[in-house]
Amino acid sequence: MFSNILIYFVIIPLLMLAGVALSRNVRQIRAVAVVGSLALTVLSVVLLLDYIGLRKAGETAPMLFTDSWTWFAPLHINLAVGVDGISIAMLLLSSIILLTGSFASWKIDNPKAFFLWLILLSTGVFGFFISIDLFTMFMFYEVALIPMYLLIGVWGSGRKNYSAMKLTLMLMGGSAFLMLGLIGIYYHSAPEGAPLTWNIVEIANHNAIPHGWQTFLFPMTFVGFGVLGAMFPFHTWSPDGHASAPTAVSMLHAGVLMKLGGYGCFRVAIYLMPQAAQELSFIFLILTGISVVYGAFCACVKTDLKYINAYSSVSHCGLVLFAILMLNTTAMTGAIMQMLSHGLMTALFFALIGMIYGRTHTREITQMGGMMQIMPYLSVCYVIAGMASLGLPGLSGFVAEMTIFVGSFQAGMADYLGGEGSLRLVFTIVACTSIVITAVYILRVVGKLLLGPVYDEHHRTLTDATWWERVSTATLIICVAAIGCFPNFFEGLIQTTFSPEIFAVLGK
Amino acid sequence: MDVTVPILILAIPLFMFIFLGLLGMKMTHKLAGTLGTLGMGTVLVLSYYTAFNYFFSGAPEFVNAAGDRLQFLVFDQTWLQFTESLVIKLGFLLDPISAMMLVVITTISFMVHLYSLGYMRDHHGVYEHGFQRFYAFLSLFSFSMLGLVVATNIFQMYIFWELVGASSYLLIGFYYTKPSAVSASKKAFIVTRFADLGFLIGILVLSYYTGTFNFTELTSIPVEGMAGVSQVNLDTAASIRSIFENSAAPTFMGASVLTWALVLIFMGGMGKSAMMPLHIWLPDAMEGPTPVSALIHAATMVVAGVYLVARLFPLYLMENSSMVIITVVGAITAFYAAVVACTQIDIKRVLAFSTISQIAFMMVSLGVARPEVHEGLGYMASMFHLFTHAMFKALLFLGAGALIHAIGSNDYTAMHGLRKHMPITHITFLIGCLAIAGIIPFSGFFSKDEILSACMGYDWVAYLWMSMVAGLTAFYMFRLYFLIFWWKEHKTPEGHHAPHDQPWTMSLPLIILAAISCVAGFIPFGKLVSWNGVPYDFMAHFNWGVAAVSLAVAIAGIALAWVMYKKENSLPEKFRNAMPSLWKWSFHRFYWDELYMFITHKIIFGIVCRSLAWFDRHIIDGTMDAFATVTNKTSNAIKTLQSGQIQMYVWWYLMGALALGVITIVCLL
Amino acid sequence: MEITAIYYLIPALIMFCCGVYGFITRKNMIAMLISLELMLNAVDVNFVVFNRFLFPGQMEGMFFTLFAIAIAAAETAIAIAIIINIFRAARNIDVRSLNEMKF
Repeated sequence: MFSNILIYFVIIPLLMLAGVALSRNVRQIRAVAVVGSLALTVLSVVLLLDYIGLRKAGETAPMLFTDSWTWFAPLHINLAVGVDGISIAMLLLSSIILLTGSFASWKIDNPKAFFLWLILLSTGVFGFFISIDLFTMFMFYEVALIPMYLLIGVWGSGRKNYSAMKLTLMLMGGSAFLMLGLIGIYYHSAPEGAPLTWNIVEIANHNAIPHGWQTFLFPMTFVGFGVLGAMFPFHTWSPDGHASAPTAVSMLHAGVLMKLGGYGCFRVAIYLMPQAAQELSFIFLILTGISVVYGAFCACVKTDLKYINAYSSVSHCGLVLFAILMLNTTAMTGAIMQMLSHGLMTALFFALIGMIYGRTHTREITQMGGMMQIMPYLSVCYVIAGMASLGLPGLSGFVAEMTIFVGSFQAGMADYLGGEGSLRLVFTIVACTSIVITAVYILRVVGKLLLGPVYDEHHRTLTDATWWERVSTATLIICVAAIGCFPNFFEGLIQTTFSPEIFAVLGK
Repeated sequence: MDVTVPILILAIPLFMFIFLGLLGMKMTHKLAGTLGTLGMGTVLVLSYYTAFNYFFSGAPEFVNAAGDRLQFLVFDQTWLQFTESLVIKLGFLLDPISAMMLVVITTISFMVHLYSLGYMRDHHGVYEHGFQRFYAFLSLFSFSMLGLVVATNIFQMYIFWELVGASSYLLIGFYYTKPSAVSASKKAFIVTRFADLGFLIGILVLSYYTGTFNFTELTSIPVEGMAGVSQVNLDTAASIRSIFENSAAPTFMGASVLTWALVLIFMGGMGKSAMMPLHIWLPDAMEGPTPVSALIHAATMVVAGVYLVARLFPLYLMENSSMVIITVVGAITAFYAAVVACTQIDIKRVLAFSTISQIAFMMVSLGVARPEVHEGLGYMASMFHLFTHAMFKALLFLGAGALIHAIGSNDYTAMHGLRKHMPITHITFLIGCLAIAGIIPFSGFFSKDEILSACMGYDWVAYLWMSMVAGLTAFYMFRLYFLIFWWKEHKTPEGHHAPHDQPWTMSLPLIILAAISCVAGFIPFGKLVSWNGVPYDFMAHFNWGVAAVSLAVAIAGIALAWVMYKKENSLPEKFRNAMPSLWKWSFHRFYWDELYMFITHKIIFGIVCRSLAWFDRHIIDGTMDAFATVTNKTSNAIKTLQSGQIQMYVWWYLMGALALGVITIVCLL
Repeated sequence: MEITAIYYLIPALIMFCCGVYGFITRKNMIAMLISLELMLNAVDVNFVVFNRFLFPGQMEGMFFTLFAIAIAAAETAIAIAIIINIFRAARNIDVRSLNEMKF
């Protein structure tokens, strides 16, 4: 069991949990958190290199490093692990955000409990990304969701009880749909006579889910994961939840947890039920297309920094689901890129907002101004994050968005010319307009918050970033710039994983 | 050709940006400025070397046996692969226009670097706050602009197009504590972003049908036997046209898809080049430091739209309707901007509107260019005007900067009669004005004359219209000139020094640019730049009649300005009173800004965004909350059953058990 | 006259109903406890009777009854202890006023 590298993604967080539980003071807790998340980061880099090596050596299986340990034999539940390029990208993202999140919560109250829950949450996240067994996947998914309630309810700010309850209940509601969908998939996972299975790869190989069931199960799973991906109209937990959450939780939540939604939609809904995806995608295309523009427009009039960013996340995560639904390699690659890119830059945003809020004790942009003169380092980071968000070339947002637009446009034109209606095309163009609206709300914030004269003279005494804040933000900026400058590496990594089988099924 | 020099041309400014951006604050102002200037100087030398090599070395990859100039891909590196054929590459394309642009950009950029060493400090020699940042941004801009002009494919162009937009944003907002600068920078970015949306969709349409982003495949055919070398040719464009005509959706809303793609791409150019109705950002962009206005908003970035159309010229030639659109947009903009320039009182705004008008000249010139009319003279004229305009408009802006620096105000009502106080500025400014007005032998005469010749060859209406605008140009420029340097004696306010000429770092660029403006007209441009690389002698197409008329019109404009503004008098007042509404509309720039304000603030923000936010809070969120409320209400309603009275529970239990028993019995019976 | 099971069952039924009635209507907790004992004993009687008349060769019913009596004794002891504690805390053993455990 311990010879498989993947299992360490769960073991290290568990060790960290033990370490935090045994720590005597805050320094030890910080040390455990930083060392553990560094170890995870190193591990994911090692995994990445191994993976590339194997692919170069001509390995063509859809999942590598696969392994399976029986957990509950009568129901065929296994702890099955395996990764492809997408999961590795997500693992890398998660470990980086955990690392920077640990730095960002350097001075949190009651650190022991906080880090315990935070690490438990990330255990769920890592477990989710390495699992290829639907049941354990779902289990880890729940492990990742529940601590959120306590993290927001205890360490949050503002209307934290309301937000924590709303977030948890809405996501649990999504889980209920999801659970139904997963059980349905399980009972149709194999052809007549063969043993049932939860294993994603096997289900995809059998491809035995009857068409009628697919049309029922696809919306179930898509909505189930889509709630976490902040799909319109199930997005309202996101603004309230993010607004109340403490910094590191916002970072992890927007940066990683919302990606669970997109990843799940791709890995379960589309991958396992391609025919239904083909037929029903138009409903969700409309919803996600609306998310993209709607989130951006809402962000234009909000005055709370976290609300603005949460709505911008709705817009950007909407783009992820939107691109997945295009059922086209380029657009899907773009979707994964967008997950990476949005994860990093939104984590950066929330980190910066947390740092600014920690100093000024307000998040209202009408109550602040001229921060550039007071805290130049943080302000410059904010501008960089904003530029990444509005898609400046050289930073990650541009690469992801352009890949999505090119892919979606290809899919849309193919539909249009093939006489299958112009829905995809129209919504692609609608989604393209988001680049303008994004520019509007980002520049509005930058203009009001950072530039211009100092609004409140009391703010003049505030200090700029401390060393741990610098580490946290600089790491994220370097990652954002790395994706933006060398996109071909990441695109290649992701594209090696789009196994031809899916597209054989799609017929595209 | 060796790739080191081209790579260095791009790498040095990028390195300077990162270096000065990260470490600038640790250096002294002087060191940072000197380093930036030296870096740019190196790039200048390398670019001159490259351009010289391209035009005059006669190497087989640059010129073929017949003397036609070729396109040469120095390098082309894959950056991002979408599909098999749709690949974004980062490369370096050397052809007549990119070589010419290398020269223009590095010259102006170097002048501005040098000039800013003197300009960005006050009269006591104290450097402005953020001086190092200024140089870092200038380097970023230079990098982006150089990357834009050497782009090998339309997506690389889009990438650098966005980057120049961002560096323009940063530089306009350089004085970030000033709210007007902040809003100007925001406006510039958003307006051009909106235009870029069109550009992006245009690229998507074009690339979907043609399956490529590469300029060499869109507009030229490869030369046999030489890798990376190709020749601009109408045949490729024709084959692309046939792709469009044979595809399943040749038309959309009555126009062909190719037309749509080209017009949408042109929309991107309209945004960057400030064509109507997307011009509103450029006058506001003057909030930036004056050297920035000279570099970005007069000489280089704003001509990117012209450059884009020139780059795709063979494609535009294929669709006459798109060419007509370019011509009409250009002609209207040229006239509009010239009229507005006649009434502005901020010298930088006058220059900004004059820039808009002059760029529109270039657009018109491209729009009327046809291979069958004077061998595509319009294309060459447009590029030539781009070149000369860059030089004299940078000169004028830098001159204006010197004036502003000396007086401390943009408003020329505070200037008047400065000719004695600032002789160098006066002479160089005069040269600039003569050049833009089109007086022989200054450079503007030649380029503008060729534009008018091209218009003449296309259509006499266009010719008359543009000649009228040329007359207006001469008038408003000399109105500006006379009001600054003549009108009445300068009165220095109490307690101020008399205005005086600037330090050498500021004077030298003025003198150099003035010298270039004097002689640039004699460059045999047709031999170097033509739409398909075939050199020709433009003197063969020189129309003495057109030249004489344009000279006469220019002199008439100057004469009118002389009469009205040389000495303080009441003529301008009378003019204003004679046509009050025209004056008022012109002074308020025909209320475009107010219209945009209305659309963005009232309609988009006020109606769309607010109602969506309301919808989100009250309908969507309300629905979610309603679920919770209903659950709460229901549980409140039934909770009284849980009364705490044990005997009630027993009673209910008993009744339930009895009822079940009865039901069971009934069922069994 | 032969004594059949019905002669035992009817008194047991009456006893049980009395217990139920008492449990529902009496407000004093001691009285309720007594009613509870009545019900238990009625059930015990039934056990014994069914054992004796239906399965005369076996003794399970008898054992079970003994078992139930023992448990009932323990239960009564605990219940009395609880009631005493309640009385100490509330000075009252009226079940109507002891409704803290609601909603």
